[in-house]
Amino acid sequence: MDDLLSEFLTETNESLAVLDQELVKLEQNPNDPGLLGNIFRIVHTIKGTCGFLGLPRLEAVAHASENVLGKFRDGEQKVTPHAVSLILASLDQIKLLLGQLERDEAEPAGDDSELIARLNALAAGEGAPAAAAPAPAAPKAEAKPEPKPEPKLEPKPAAPVLATPIVEEPAAAPAPAPEAAKPAPTPAPKAAKEPKEPKEAKEAKEPRSEAAAEAKESAVAAQSIRVNVDLLENLMTMVSELVLTRNQLMQILRSHKDSEFGAPLQRLSHVTTELQEGVMKTRMQPIGNAWAKLPRIVRDLSHELRKRIDLQMHGAETELDRQVLEMIKDPLTHMVRNSADHGIEMPSDRAAAGKPDTGTITLNAYHEGGHIIIEIADDGRGLDIDKIKQKAIATGLASESDLAAMSEQQIQQFIFKAGFSTAAKVTSVSGRGVGMDVVRTNIEKIGGTVEMKSQRGKGSTFVIKIPLTLAIVSALIVECASERFAIPQISVIELVRAAANSENTVEWLNNAPVLRLRDRLLPLVSLQELLRLGKRTEAPGETFIVVTQVGTYTFGIIVDRVFDTEEIVVKPVAPILRDISMFSGNTILGDGSVIMILDPNGIAAGTGEITVSENAKRAADAAGKTGIRSDLTSLLLFRAGNGAPKAVPLALIARLEEIEATQIEYSHEKPVVQYRGKLMPLVTIDPNYQMGKEGRQPILVFADKEHTMGLVVDEIVDIVEDQLKIEVAVDRPGLIGSAIIAGKATDLIDAGFYLTQAYNDWFGSRSDGEFDREKGKRVLLVDDSPFFRNLLTPLLSVAGYEVTTVESADRALSLCEAGQDFDVIISDIEMPGMDGFEFASTVKSTTRWQNTPLVALSSHATPRDLDRGRAAGFSDYVAKFDRDALLHTLAEAVNVERGAA
Amino acid sequence: MSKDIGVDPRNKAGGIAGDQHEFVSITVAEQLFGIPVLQVQDVLGPQRITRIPLAPPEVAGSLNLRGRIVTAIDLRTRLRLPPLPEGQNGMSVVVDHGGELYSVMVDAVGEVLSLDTGMAERNPATLDPIWREVSGGIYRLDKTLLIVLDVARVLDFSGRAEAA
Repeated sequence: MDDLLSEFLTETNESLAVLDQELVKLEQNPNDPGLLGNIFRIVHTIKGTCGFLGLPRLEAVAHASENVLGKFRDGEQKVTPHAVSLILASLDQIKLLLGQLERDEAEPAGDDSELIARLNALAAGEGAPAAAAPAPAAPKAEAKPEPKPEPKLEPKPAAPVLATPIVEEPAAAPAPAPEAAKPAPTPAPKAAKEPKEPKEAKEAKEPRSEAAAEAKESAVAAQSIRVNVDLLENLMTMVSELVLTRNQLMQILRSHKDSEFGAPLQRLSHVTTELQEGVMKTRMQPIGNAWAKLPRIVRDLSHELRKRIDLQMHGAETELDRQVLEMIKDPLTHMVRNSADHGIEMPSDRAAAGKPDTGTITLNAYHEGGHIIIEIADDGRGLDIDKIKQKAIATGLASESDLAAMSEQQIQQFIFKAGFSTAAKVTSVSGRGVGMDVVRTNIEKIGGTVEMKSQRGKGSTFVIKIPLTLAIVSALIVECASERFAIPQISVIELVRAAANSENTVEWLNNAPVLRLRDRLLPLVSLQELLRLGKRTEAPGETFIVVTQVGTYTFGIIVDRVFDTEEIVVKPVAPILRDISMFSGNTILGDGSVIMILDPNGIAAGTGEITVSENAKRAADAAGKTGIRSDLTSLLLFRAGNGAPKAVPLALIARLEEIEATQIEYSHEKPVVQYRGKLMPLVTIDPNYQMGKEGRQPILVFADKEHTMGLVVDEIVDIVEDQLKIEVAVDRPGLIGSAIIAGKATDLIDAGFYLTQAYNDWFGSRSDGEFDREKGKRVLLVDDSPFFRNLLTPLLSVAGYEVTTVESADRALSLCEAGQDFDVIISDIEMPGMDGFEFASTVKSTTRWQNTPLVALSSHATPRDLDRGRAAGFSDYVAKFDRDALLHTLAEAVNVERGAA
Repeated sequence: MSKDIGVDPRNKAGGIAGDQHEFVSITVAEQLFGIPVLQVQDVLGPQRITRIPLAPPEVAGSLNLRGRIVTAIDLRTRLRLPPLPEGQNGMSVVVDHGGELYSVMVDAVGEVLSLDTGMAERNPATLDPIWREVSGGIYRLDKTLLIVLDVARVLDFSGRAEAA
């Protein structure tokens, strides 16, 4: 049997065993997202592997189950006992197929369409609780007789590798072999012992149904002795303890010269060292083992994708701990697959870019200072920053302004987030957003790091740095406030001594310590403050800075003293201390004292830096909050004139300024002020309002291209996030209505009104400028809220559009019937009566407007809404109040339409 | 860890009259407590303890007990009592809980008492809530009263540990 297949069988059988348990657990805790995520990933892996091994039947079943699980994960479907039984049934079917695959080395013929149909029905939301019978497809497959007496031989399943050569003879015997072999354990010795006895061979062949029933017991798994990792781990721990004890003894011995223990202790020391090496060796394996299946995967993938890919592997002999190897195997496979799928371009594109049409993926492994470095490089197209940005905005991971402040490298880090896939469509290869986040999690789980460098058009390089072994790590021992701590060496980049009179001094930005380090400003964290070890009484003469790297974030930890590095055995902290994120464990030093091991990830998170791994948590939080936040609007509260406090959406305001009252001048009896080299008209809320003659005057600056306008206010009160609910509509120009904001009745002002006050020609003056070409384009705005209609009308008019507003989808459709035409339609999603999705699909399916671009406008901008919006026919989705995005989207939509016309 | 929580502590102390139960007796601020003898792994004198920053106040730190890391819990802090006066050395009782070792720091450790369950009483309703939390019942001794220390609850600082 081919190595790849046998490994697949062993692995999949293990995964299935885990799945059985997890699913049962899931039935009990249907709301555990961790559990669901885990199950989903396991099934995803099985499916993926099946796909690469060319096992379409298995893949189809796994794919259908994965779809159902995906619905669970996204909360679209409830976890019911019926659904779980169905998934368990599909797992049984997978097991059955695996059993036959193991026996015949080929996927049996058969049809699982009924099972798949039921899974699909479930995924589509049609529960059929009555049909919970166990996989009906299974008997079908089994019942199929095997007419061709297989030329090779059957008892193989027992011990394929061993048995094959011996039983070749009986194979020639007439044995019609309509059935398969017995369950794993029994026939193995028989077949081996008396291979030439056809009778025995026959006996070994039990009816196929039984074999099928026992198919769960994988024969492949039974043939090799698989030592439980825990056992090896235990052995390693014991040896580590022994090493530590030996070190302690040696330390004592050093202080007692001429001790009679000297000689035996030396001997003990030698034996211990050898034992340690021996145990380490049992766990060491060349990394090539993890690579073995990559060439095949890349080959298949290149065929499937019609790309030419060359896989180069260097350093396959580099050895590392078995456990570490297991942990990085899947991430590595995934990354190589990603490189092939997303990184390498089609040969024609490569040729166009002036590159050789064969793309190269290079794997390189080597040792470096107690760590293994694995590089995965491709010479493909690199990461598409714009796509990542779009996706980040769409999934709500970051806002446009967040992104603007980020470096390219930071933006690239988004690919490590859960659910983040820039693949345009979900294929069976990739694109489900299970991927780089798992890669990162797995690598970090073993104390490793993964970094990525990508250059557009040149390719991407991933660098994985992992410890040689998990059991013993090298750590730097530092002291702070008389307490000692260990910092894992893998995170430490360098040590800097900082003293008042040296070239390195700690400087302060307000209360934040920083250090100038080779032309860069390094943020610093005081360990003393972070761990609340009490206030520093006096400024110390010198401190040490441990420059630490977590992901792409580099920072310095201020400590009092630095000792040496020591090999430590990481032990988990007691359960009652697990929620302290600053520590990753504790250990006992050579001198017998207990010491806490600092967790650089926790420290980075503690300093408030948004590292990527922490972002995942934030994204999850944000996702949890969207339900509440969706209705919130940022409002600027201010006072102007008499009456209630006033509010205006913050998004409309360009700047807040304070000007000297003496700077106010009058032109044509209208107040103006010189502002940034131009005259800016000032407008008051109340026409009779008298501006102060002296002192400082706060103004709200509204800006749009070359026009700026200052709204004079008395006092800027606050910025609040609140729900906007217009309680009382007002018929006064300049006011939209009143709402309760921050517990007070507040007037909402109509910014559009004041814009026209400042420039009578505000709308007409837009004959030039960026949005010129949109001039005269007709926009239909469908929104039930008068507030948004009033807010957007001026905004769009300013941009040169001709705006028509209606308050419901029904009204919009009647305009359509009335024969009106628009260049683009903007529609709210949440509306009473017909909602936006329904409106869009109606428009797209039945009306004359089906070619008119539709832009959705909503406060809900979750990925699912986006997808739903797209499915309904919206060409784009814009968050409310993001006026720049709206204008751009509109311009784009109109241009696309023009291009298409 | 949560396994012990649901169990009525009186069952541990024995519910049937006439049974004998053995307790390691300890004193904290003049009050006699008992820890079921089977839970006790070790009794220690003063130890070198490593402080654990950011840990709950009840956690005094961790110590090395023959190669195992043991988390030290200060029973006085746990019971909201003032710390032991300066210069007075306490002792510790090491207990196993859920496979982890904890060292409960007390004022003094006495002998092992074999007590008849007939002497057991429920917690009086008037007992301070914090004390009631850790008490698995009372035994009437001739001269004094003994509170059975429910180790699981001692280690559960207002539900925080269970939640974690």
